[in-house]
Amino acid sequence: MSALKALLIRDMKLAFRVGGGALIGALFFLIVVVLTPFAIGPDLALLSRIGPAILWLGALLASLLTLDRLFAADYEDGSLDLIITSRSQLELAVLAKALAHWLTTGLPLVIIAPLLGLLLNIDLAAMKYVALTLLAGTPALTGIGLIGAALSVTLRRGGLLLAVLVLPLTIPVLIFGVAAANSAIVGPVPFGPPFTILCGLSLASLVIGPLAAAAALRHGLE
Amino acid sequence: MSFTDLANPTRFLALVQRLLPWLAAATVVAFAVGLAMAFNAPDDYQQGATVKIMFLHVPAAWLSMFGWALMSVAALGTLVWRHPLADVAAKAAAPIGAAFTLMCLITGSLWGRPMWGTFWVWDARLTSVLVLFLMYLALMALYWTTEDPARASRAAAILTLVGAINLPVIKFSVDWWNTLHQPASVIRLGAPAIHPAILTPLLVMALAFALLFLTLHLAAMRNEILRRRVRTLQLMKADNA
Repeated sequence: MSALKALLIRDMKLAFRVGGGALIGALFFLIVVVLTPFAIGPDLALLSRIGPAILWLGALLASLLTLDRLFAADYEDGSLDLIITSRSQLELAVLAKALAHWLTTGLPLVIIAPLLGLLLNIDLAAMKYVALTLLAGTPALTGIGLIGAALSVTLRRGGLLLAVLVLPLTIPVLIFGVAAANSAIVGPVPFGPPFTILCGLSLASLVIGPLAAAAALRHGLE
Repeated sequence: MSFTDLANPTRFLALVQRLLPWLAAATVVAFAVGLAMAFNAPDDYQQGATVKIMFLHVPAAWLSMFGWALMSVAALGTLVWRHPLADVAAKAAAPIGAAFTLMCLITGSLWGRPMWGTFWVWDARLTSVLVLFLMYLALMALYWTTEDPARASRAAAILTLVGAINLPVIKFSVDWWNTLHQPASVIRLGAPAIHPAILTPLLVMALAFALLFLTLHLAAMRNEILRRRVRTLQLMKADNA
């Protein structure tokens, strides 16, 4: 357990110190959200209607941005071999790395989302629900992204491949995340059902993601 | 000849060489009979002649899912038993499955335009099949990134198994969500809800499509084995030079 805690703290330190990508994801998120009004025009009514979708798309792309270094950096400096050969379960080690990734990439997105909601003219009362869907949904993005990160670690053009592998699998998360967020703003569907499915997707991908990623790492590096 | 004998690529190639002409002939016959039956099948009282698109659409849809299921079994063969032909089977099935999925999407669009008034709607069935198509393409992209087949094979196998989650979603999407796409009418509990005059040609067409898939798949597997042999020979030659 202490080994996993050490791994978690190490990954978070690496992400926050020089050369880490922790806040770059959040910065990218900000830029994507700022770009959209220029692309579609500053119509406030339109922005508030598609605001949740823009926030979700931005979060999806931002969490993808830092994924390709998740295992690749450890692979290059050799620490991935140490993690694989260590006594703690590889699945749990991968889960610890995923948790570190979410804390440094997913959580900042959730925290700055209400601020960006102001730019998109999302009602403050509704923004609470949009942030809640991001809080429940971003772990799923990390869990699914793990699989792509592990698969692409030993392959060339890993970063580009990662996006192609991961994005189709994240479609359900996007569907139910945006559905829940929209239901809180415009209705008429209740907030509960899509939100519960979103939570279910997160829980399932936090189980399947580490299992598949650990299998991919074991097979890829032997 | 048992299943394990087929692990030897040379024996497999010999078997394929003997089987392929027969399979190809059977495919042609099945298509000739199926297309003639489909042509002579009565028009639907509501859909008119567009019902005939279904004879291509439904078998293509079944085989698009069958393709991924086959690849999932092959992926287990790669990961669990290290069967030497499992990866060849998975890699050969990906472009064929993608082609059948694309055919299902295109025929569905052509049918949807006169019937629903639109080429495309974002309902659960159509979306999940589109996701299947994207995953086929992603899997093919994974094979393109590395020239060493053994290295790509295990990564592809894991991705295939993860993607298999989509298969039940496609199958049950019409039951779980209220979709524009009609619910299952052939494969379901109780008798099929289609009149025999249309069901019989449909099943013959499904047989023809399945034979086509099998023929293309075996030929593609043969080509892949030969391609790998050529690569090995080239590497050996480069080593000696």
